[in-house]
Order: sequence, then structure tokens, then C-alpha cells
Amino acid sequence: MTSPPIATRTDALWSFGALLRRDVRVMRRELPFFLLRVTLQPLLMVFVFGFLLPRMNFMKAGYAGALLPGVLAISLTLSSVMSVALPMVTDFGFTGEIEDRLLAPIPMEFVAAEKVFGGIVQGLIAALFLLPVARLIMGPVAGLSVASFGVVLLLTTLGAAAFSTFGLWLGTAISPQQIGLMFGVFLTPLIFFGCTYYPWQGLTVLPVMKYLVLLNPLVYVSEGMRAAITPSLPHMPLALVIVALVAITTLFWFLGIRTFRKRAIS
Amino acid sequence: MRGEHAFRHHTQQKRAMGSIQTHGLRKVYAPPTPRRAKGAPPPQGVVALEGLDLEVNDGEFFGLLGPNGAGKTTTIGILTTRVMATAGTAFVAGKDVIRDPVAVRRRIGVVPQRPNPDRQLRVLENLIFHSAYFGITKAAALPRATALLEQFGIAEKAEAKVETLSGGQQQRLMIVRALMHEPDLLFLDEPTVGLDPQARHDLWDILRAQHKAGRAIVMTTHYMEEADALCERVAIVDRGQLLAVDTPAALKARAPGGTLIEITVDGDAAPLAAEAKTLPGVLRAEAEGPVARIYAQGGGEPVAALVRAADACGRAVTNIHLAPPSLETLFISLTGRKLE
Repeated sequence: MTSPPIATRTDALWSFGALLRRDVRVMRRELPFFLLRVTLQPLLMVFVFGFLLPRMNFMKAGYAGALLPGVLAISLTLSSVMSVALPMVTDFGFTGEIEDRLLAPIPMEFVAAEKVFGGIVQGLIAALFLLPVARLIMGPVAGLSVASFGVVLLLTTLGAAAFSTFGLWLGTAISPQQIGLMFGVFLTPLIFFGCTYYPWQGLTVLPVMKYLVLLNPLVYVSEGMRAAITPSLPHMPLALVIVALVAITTLFWFLGIRTFRKRAIS
Repeated sequence: MRGEHAFRHHTQQKRAMGSIQTHGLRKVYAPPTPRRAKGAPPPQGVVALEGLDLEVNDGEFFGLLGPNGAGKTTTIGILTTRVMATAGTAFVAGKDVIRDPVAVRRRIGVVPQRPNPDRQLRVLENLIFHSAYFGITKAAALPRATALLEQFGIAEKAEAKVETLSGGQQQRLMIVRALMHEPDLLFLDEPTVGLDPQARHDLWDILRAQHKAGRAIVMTTHYMEEADALCERVAIVDRGQLLAVDTPAALKARAPGGTLIEITVDGDAAPLAAEAKTLPGVLRAEAEGPVARIYAQGGGEPVAALVRAADACGRAVTNIHLAPPSLETLFISLTGRKLE
């Protein structure tokens, strides 16, 4: 090494910033599509379950509030997974577009880390966009106050981190031909068994499932949101949720970086 | 032998900018891992490189010539830090590609086999962001990008989406991109495949100018005339091995005989080859299926006699091909196969 380590570090951070600016440029162009993609499904859910069904008297009005944590969880995790996994699949795919970034004078882990960082930001944007809209449609939600906002923000960040690293692994582990599989077989069960529509405690009716779903990272995001927004409903302790999300993020970062390296270097 | 070793040792120590040294470079690609039956032998990996030793000098225009699957792309992949060598060492611009890939990437520009621009960015943005990855500010990159786009004849496309560029324009964009951070070494992997003759000659001019400006260029190709026209030295590789490396002129001088006469007949060519060996002016003759390859002194004088000989063997001539002494005749004599 001829150049001093300090100079190298500064350069790497600069390059990291450049990768980030590139993603911001691309995202700014796609922002309307992005918001549509990540929020249409949760918005429809909020509309049907939170507005329509209560009006039809199919459902108690209270269920709407119970639904919001799960809707928020789905929205932020989906946007985080997709913002990392989809570019990974296409950039590493037939076009090989990522090569220019892999040939940048920085360790390849930085390229992966930047995508994860971008995924967290997109998860935050999705959640922050959804919250006021949900409030408009459903009316006031008891737990949704300025005080709980800090906790929501923390959980959104942790949940987005867990699902961005999960997206890194998913996007580099599957081949482009299996991209349909990703949605149908991977994400759909994740959502339905993610304690998004019901609290985890409710699964006591089916004990096997109650413990099986603990493998699903979405469970912790939903339960954490429940703890923050609807604390009167049964939920996991917040500390447990935070520990679990940090552990999941760490696990999928190491799994993801392994598969990323396999795709980046043959 | 000892002298050669000492020379190599010396150049390895020097590790001049823009130069390449590889030693015993070997690459075995892991086999795909499908389910295999119990007791089946473990699948064998694909050997792409079989102990490659290469030296590229400062500022040299160097060609890697060989058929598809010879190991050219793997060699470029290792030298550009995208392929991990199974064994051996490689230094690029004085830096170890395995231990210090970041330092290598800083000094090289890479033009891929297939254009892979960032399709979500416009043409100029591709160049500005590429420069930013290399720590160059937009203020510094913009005039350079504009000048290069102008020089390469795609200035009017600066704000266009990359998919509106033709194949040749995308290829040129890839070269401009590789030049943005002023690399010491430029790698090009089969840069002229798929280009029409005009675009190919334009590219040749561009590469000559870059070389004249002091840049080392390493290029793979399976076109003989391309290696001959551009490269100061050419390495002929086949099946992961280095067969010969020298200047095109010296390599051509090593080609057996003056002219290669290829005669295709409507049957086995072996009797014709045997007969050809008895003719005056024929240095060497061999047969492969219906093709007889005759290396003759001087030009194509023995052709008439060869056609008569084919007649005498009861074979009708279906095709005659004359190749003057060239890298092609050398390649065929080294491998017994044609390049394409």
C-alpha cells in the first residue's frame, strides 16, 4: 500500500456517497411509481378493513386501529425488500449493469452496504407516507401520537434494516428466472404469517404455528408496531422485538454479503 | 533459462506502472451443483486457465488471441479483479489483484464484451456518476465528459437515454466511460464483435490514438487481422494455455512455410496430403477429414499440381483457400484448428 490509509478511507466514503446519489437520482425519477408500488396494497387494505367493512357492520370499528400496525409493517418491509432485491436481480442479470459499480475503487461490500442503506431510507419514506394517509381514511387512532412517533421511527428503521438485508440475500440468492417465485412463494406467506392481521398472542389457538412463525422477521415488525401504536392490544415486549430485529439484520447481512460476493466475483 | 528467470525477477521487482505480470495463473470454475445420485463421482470443475505466465510492458498494446473458450475472458476477468484465480499470482500496475483489488481498480479502465451502461441513467449521467465512484467531482468530470463525447462523435446524445444509442454508439460510450478516470491500463474484451466494418475501423483508430497517448492496452480478440493490425505483441492462447507470445511479425515468421493452401475434397483428404508431400515446394502437408492443409514455399505455385494430385486420388476438389503467411497459418499449425 503506497497511499496512506486515511486517504483510502475518505475515497471510499466519497464513492459510497456517489453510489447513494446515483440511487437518489434514479429514485427521484421513479418516486410516483415507487409510492404507488409500496402503498397501493396497504392503502386498499386500510380502505376496505378500516372504512368499508365497519360501515357495512361486518366488523367492529375498533378493528381498524388494530389493523394499522400490521399495514404499516407490510408497507415498510415490502418496500425495503423490493428496493434491494429487485435491483440486485436485474443488475446482476442479463444486462450486468452493476459491473461499473463493482469496478469502482472501493471494497465490493460498500456496494452492497449502500443498497441496504438505500433500502432503509425507502422503508422510512414508505412508512412516513402511509401514516398520515391512514390517519385521513381511518380517523384518529388512539396510540398514534407525537409521543409514540419516536418509537415508530425506531421500529421502522430496524424493520427496514432487517428487510433490506433480507432483500440483499433474496436478490442475490435467486436467479432472474425465479423472480415470479419470489413474490408468490416467498413474500405472500411472509405477509399472511407475519402477524399482520392478528396479534401474535392470538395464535395460541394453534400452538405449532405460534412458534413456527417466530422464524418470520415480519412478526417482530408487526408486534413492535403494535407495541408502539396500539399498546392496549396484546403484543410482544418492545425490548424483545428490538433484539430480534437487530439479530435478524446481522444474520441476513452476513448471508447476503456471502451470496453477493458469489455473484460479484466468479 | 537462468537469464530469463533473472529478467522476470527483475521486472517483477520493478512492477512498473501500466504493466502486468502473471505467474502460474490457474482458474477452475466450480461445477454446477445439481442433485447427484448416491455414489456418483463428484462433478469436475471446468479448467479455464492452466498455469498462465504473462508479461505486459509499460504502455504496450498487447493482444490476447484465441478461439472462444480459450481462456481470454477469464484472464481479463482475473486481471480486472472480477474473477478470483484458483492459483497463481497476478500484478497489474504494480498492485496484487488478489490482495489489493481496490488499488488495481483505481488504475484500470475496463470495456466489457457486451455494453453494460447504467440504463437508468442518461448518457452524460453515466459518465458523471462513473467519475464520482472514482472520487472525481462533477465540476472536474463535466468538461472531460463533454470533450470525450465530442471526440467520439456522440456529443449530441449526451442527454439521451442509453437505450436510444446504437450498438456502436454504446460501445464507444463504454470506452469513454473507461477513460473518464484516466486509467494507466485499458482492458477491452473482444471490443469489435458485432460492429460493422466501418465502426470497427473507427474503433481501431480510437485505440491507436489512446495507445499513442501513452496508455497501455490489453485487448482480447479472435480476429487475426485485428491482432496483427493493432498489437505490438500478441499472446496466442488456446484451452487455457499460452502457446506463443511475440510481435506479430516474429510470430508470422514462425509460421511454417510461406503460404497455406487449404484444399477441400469430396472425401477423405489423407491420400491427397500424402501425395502432396512428394511435390516440389511443399514443406508440410496434413489432412483432417475432407480438408488437406499444405504449407508451401513462396506463393501458391503448387496449386495446379495439387489439383491434379487430387484427381489422381479419385477426389474432386470442392474448395481451395490460400492464406499468405499470417497469424492464422501459425495458429492452425499450433493447434490444428481454425480460429473461428
